[in-house]
Amino acid sequence: MKSLEPVELRIRARSGWLWLDWRGLVAYRDLIVLLVRRDYVSKYKQTILGPAWAVVTPIITAVVFGFVFGRVLGVQTDGVPPSLFYLCGLLGWNYFNQTLTATSNTLRGNYAIFSKVYFPRLVTPLATALSNLASSGVQLLTFGVIYAVAIGANTGMTARPTWAAFTLPLLFVHLASLALGGGLLLSAVTAKYRDFQQVAPFLLNLLLYVTPVIYPMSQIPEKWRWLAAINPVSPVIEAFRAVLLGTSSFDPAHYALSVVVSAAVLVIGVGYYQRLARDFVDYA
Amino acid sequence: MARPIIEVSGLSKRYQLGDFGFSSFREEAEKWLRRLRKTPEAEPGGAASKSDEFWALRDVSFNVQPGEVVGIIGRNGAGKSTLLKLLSRITEPTSGEIILRGRVASLLEVGTGFHPELSGRENIFLNGAILGMKHAEISSKFDEIVAFAEIEQFIDTPVKRYSSGMYVRLAFAVAAHLEPEILIVDEVLAVGDVQFQKKCMGKMQDVARKTGRTVLFVSHNMDAIARLCPRCILLSGGQVAFAGETTHAVDIYQNGTSSGRDTQMETWTPLPAPSGGESPASFSRFRLRNLTRPTAVTVRTGERLAIDLEVECSQPISVSNLAVMLSTPAGVRLINADTGKLGQQLSLRKGLQQFTLQLEQLPLSVGDYCLNFYLANTRSRQVFHSVTEQNLLRISPSVRIGPVDIPEVDGLLDVPFSVDPISA
Repeated sequence: MKSLEPVELRIRARSGWLWLDWRGLVAYRDLIVLLVRRDYVSKYKQTILGPAWAVVTPIITAVVFGFVFGRVLGVQTDGVPPSLFYLCGLLGWNYFNQTLTATSNTLRGNYAIFSKVYFPRLVTPLATALSNLASSGVQLLTFGVIYAVAIGANTGMTARPTWAAFTLPLLFVHLASLALGGGLLLSAVTAKYRDFQQVAPFLLNLLLYVTPVIYPMSQIPEKWRWLAAINPVSPVIEAFRAVLLGTSSFDPAHYALSVVVSAAVLVIGVGYYQRLARDFVDYA
Repeated sequence: MARPIIEVSGLSKRYQLGDFGFSSFREEAEKWLRRLRKTPEAEPGGAASKSDEFWALRDVSFNVQPGEVVGIIGRNGAGKSTLLKLLSRITEPTSGEIILRGRVASLLEVGTGFHPELSGRENIFLNGAILGMKHAEISSKFDEIVAFAEIEQFIDTPVKRYSSGMYVRLAFAVAAHLEPEILIVDEVLAVGDVQFQKKCMGKMQDVARKTGRTVLFVSHNMDAIARLCPRCILLSGGQVAFAGETTHAVDIYQNGTSSGRDTQMETWTPLPAPSGGESPASFSRFRLRNLTRPTAVTVRTGERLAIDLEVECSQPISVSNLAVMLSTPAGVRLINADTGKLGQQLSLRKGLQQFTLQLEQLPLSVGDYCLNFYLANTRSRQVFHSVTEQNLLRISPSVRIGPVDIPEVDGLLDVPFSVDPISA
């Protein structure tokens, strides 16, 4: 190890919240890559279907949703075939759900490593957020294939992707920020008070119902729509449909609010997480 | 003189004892409310929390120069582990500061982050990265690591199918090939079978001696400390009790930390009465004296040791065997200094009397040995008193002059020897 630049590290009690070890994160980029790989490889080792699992579950979910909500309950889907409508919504929701669930366990799940070795504590949640992108990519591909077949079959379906579909990566970044912020916040609180271990899955369960995943925003009565807009996940899911399916219920004002809320959640989540991660091994 | 590579000043670490529950949640909430209202905290820390806190380190300061190999010794709970945790950034100090001028790698645990589903190859890269190595660095050392771990054939097998020995060897091999400027080594490192342990110790000696790296070495093994480290920091109760030359630090450690069974030099140690009840003759106490270095409080290999014995008799009696036997803690008898072998019959008076027994050139290697005492008359088949394995004699490491390569495994006995070519 060459020490060309004289590194000097000061270790002392810190009280600040908004301190981010950018240099450390850059220095450990190899580790991030390897952790992403580890997550991906270990998830599908010794399975028959492998990464196809990332396709199978959302398709089955979409079919069930389509039957229950479309046929049985008669939920309108903005003039889009129900299966495409649900697949598109689940694309965003699944990524958010999986990332938040996984990162909310960061401190407890990595205690064995964190109590032995130092590396920037943000490395693991970042890797989680990135490795979840892999299965989202597979889902997106599946969605694309089904979409293309539906368009090609010429069934009179009017839905077409818009040029704005190229902003999809930004939408994922938006969801990742929100999920990371929320997950890290939960992870930090859980490290101290285990009660919150019960909270994450429960919260996500409820959140699914108040997010326009199984129904379009347009189905919500006008006077309650602001309520759905407070939920920062909603405008993003709506945006997914707007850019991919060309639905028209996208509201820029709602989206702007969601960006602000997500940024705040990210800053608070990362800040509190980092603050706790500094000495959580003492009491975890 | 170069700037120290490690500067520790006023380092303290407080631990909160007790559990986190509703009360701690409430306390925290109150603290927040107070802060929001900007009212000063009533009593800093709170009266109740004072008793729940524990200072693992208190105002510790020391410097380490580049290239130094420093031992850190102290009893359990002295603060060694906490110091290591702070140095390796696993947790933060409560107050004080550490300045590190170089990359630190600590071998506090091997195999951290190994994933059972991944192959040996994948785990080498993953574990290396966790320990702070760049991908390129690991690539360049890859073959060395695999060869060191002796797992060439299994490199692409998931490590969950490894034997525990293979697993541990691979884990150590990765850690051992780290090349930071500052290496923190904990004693639990020697892992695996005897053969591999030797290799580990050898590797650690290499790192310490040949590469000019700064090493902090934590161990309870005074022999290893004496071999590797010219300088030592002795921690006691979270504070630096001594910092300086290793032999001196080891002396202080071994005497200051006597656990009751360790025998203090130069002082009389009482011996328990015979278990069978009344006996006409018994040992009452004994004392050790170093005749080679009369002021010393330790004994080293090759020195002259005097064992003073006090015997109490309730009546005049004849004794054929007054013996001191040295054995290993496992009970292997090493030396039996018995008056019977000298053909000496002792006539004891009523009351107290003292004898001194001298051992010339004590041939014991560094380590702990048991002192056993025996008083009998074999002619009348009477055993008056027998004290076994109650008192320890500790042989301390010697000052080494010049570089020596101590073998990883030493014998129990150590006698002077030399090797010369036989000239024709």
